[in-house]
Amino acid sequence: MKSLLKIISFIALAVTLVPSFLVFKGIITPELSKSLMLIGTIVWFVSASFWMNTSDENEEAEN
Amino acid sequence: MSSTQNLKQRLEAVNEYERTPIPKNKLKGWKSFIGTYAGEHTAGTEFVLGPLFVAHGASAGDLVSGLIVGNILAVLSWAFLTGKVAVKTRTTLYYQLEKIAGNRFTLVYNLVNAALFCFLAGSMIAVSATAVGIPFNLPMPSLTDVYPNSVGWVVTVFGIGAITTVVAMFGFNVISKFANIAAPWMIMIFIAAAVGVLPRLGINSFSDFWPVAETTIWNGVPLEGQSKFTFWHIMFFAWFCNMGMHIGMADMSLLRYAKKWTYGFSSATGVFLGHFIAWMASGILYSLFLIESKGSLVFAPGPIAYEAAGIAGAVCVVIAGWTTANPTLYRAGLAIQSINPKWKTWKVTLFVGLVTTIAACFPALVMQLLEFVALYGLILVPLGAVIFLDVFVLRKMGLASNYAELTNSHFNPAVGITWAVSLVFCLGLNIYGGIEIFFLGLPGWFVAVIVYLIASKVIQKKAVIKAADYTELNY
Repeated sequence: MKSLLKIISFIALAVTLVPSFLVFKGIITPELSKSLMLIGTIVWFVSASFWMNTSDENEEAEN
Repeated sequence: MSSTQNLKQRLEAVNEYERTPIPKNKLKGWKSFIGTYAGEHTAGTEFVLGPLFVAHGASAGDLVSGLIVGNILAVLSWAFLTGKVAVKTRTTLYYQLEKIAGNRFTLVYNLVNAALFCFLAGSMIAVSATAVGIPFNLPMPSLTDVYPNSVGWVVTVFGIGAITTVVAMFGFNVISKFANIAAPWMIMIFIAAAVGVLPRLGINSFSDFWPVAETTIWNGVPLEGQSKFTFWHIMFFAWFCNMGMHIGMADMSLLRYAKKWTYGFSSATGVFLGHFIAWMASGILYSLFLIESKGSLVFAPGPIAYEAAGIAGAVCVVIAGWTTANPTLYRAGLAIQSINPKWKTWKVTLFVGLVTTIAACFPALVMQLLEFVALYGLILVPLGAVIFLDVFVLRKMGLASNYAELTNSHFNPAVGITWAVSLVFCLGLNIYGGIEIFFLGLPGWFVAVIVYLIASKVIQKKAVIKAADYTELNY
C-alpha cells in the first residue's frame, strides 16, 4: 500500500513539473498546464501525507 | 474529557527540551533535516530576494558564480560551526548563551533576537497574504508602501497569522512534518512557473536561455534608484543571508536534534534549491513582470506566481511563506521562553504570534527585507563567535567555559564587551568607511573573536575559579 502511495505521489510531482516543459516546447497551452499543476498539487499533498512522515516516526521508534 | 481539556493537555505535553540536552532517543535522522532545510529555505523570502537581484542589476554571470560560491560557504558554516557546536552541547542557543554570558545578558539578547525573528516571520506572513488576497481582489502593496493599504489586507494578514501561530504552538514535530511534505512540491512549482514563462521572454530552446538571461533577465543594469550588485555582493549575500542561523548559531535549536554534526551539510538542500534555483526562478518571473507591466512599482509575489502557474502558484506562495514563518515563530518562542522557563511554550508562542501578525500588517517589512536580513545576521553574529570560542577554544587556552554558570554570575562582562565592540566597529565601518551592510558580517566576526579572547583572559584572571567546579562543568 505504501509503495503504491509513493508511486502516486511521484507521479503527482511529475504532473506538477512536466506540463511547464510541454508549454516551453509549444505542445500544450499555459492554461492546460496550470490545471495539470493544480491536480498534481492536490494529489501530492493527499498521497504524500500518508507515507512521508510515517517513515520519520519509524526511524525515531528504532532509536 | 472535554475537547478543550484534551487540547490543553496536548499543548502542555509539548516538550522541546529548552533547558536540557536532547536525550538520545529523541535525536532525528538526516531525512528530517533535509526536509526542514529544504522547506525553510525554499520559502516566501525567495519570492522577494530573487527579484532583488534583478532590481539591483546583477549580471547573469555574476549571479550564477556568486550564488555557487556563497552557498558553498554557507553550507560549510552550517556544518563546521553550527553542527559541531550543536551536537557537542545538545542545547539551544539561548540556554548555552545563558551558561556563558549569564541570565541578565541573555534577557536583553533574547528580546532582541525574538524581535528580529518576529519581523522575519511577519514579512513571510505578508508574502502569503499577497496570494490569499487574489480571489478577493485585494489591493496589493507597492515598493514604496509603509502602512497597510486596506482593511482587507489587515484581515487577511490576521487570518494567516492565526493559522501560523496555532501550528507553531504544537512544536517542532508538526512544523518538521509539514515542511517534509511541502518541500519537494514547492521546488517543482518554482521551476515549473519559471520554465512555463520562458517563451514569453523569447526563449524557445535551451540554447536561447543564456543569451536572453544575459541581455534581458539579468542584464546588469539596476532599476532606477537601486545600487549596482557585483559578484561580491551576490557571493556575500548568499553566504550571509542566513548568517544569524549558521555563524550566529541560531540553528543550534534545530541541529541539536542531529545524530551527527555532519547533518549540518543537509543545509545544502536548502541553499541550492532555495537560494539558487528558486532565486533564479523568481528572478525570471519578476523580470517578465517588469517587462509586461512596463516597470510597475507593485511588488506582490502572490499575483506574479498566480499569473505564471495558476492556483498552484498562488498556493505555493502561501505555503512558502508559511513554512518559513512557522519555524521562525518557533525560534522566537524559544527565545522569549528562555527569559522565564516556567512559561509554557504554547502560551509564549501564542504571544509571539500576535506580535508577529501585527508587524506583518506593514508592507515596509517586505520591501526592506534585503537590508533587514543583513542587519539580522550582523546583530547575532558576535554571539555566534562567542559560543564557538567558548565551546571549542577557551579551555585549550587554559580558560574556563560557561563562565557565568561556573561563577554563579548573572552577567559575564566579556560577552557584553564583545557584543558592544563588534557592533560599534561594524557601525563605524558602515558610517565612516562607507562599507555596505552586506559585507560587515565577516570583519564583525573576527573582531568578536579577538575581543572575546582578550576580554575573557583579563576578566577570568581576576576571578577565582575552583578547580573542582571547572572539571565538573567540562563537556
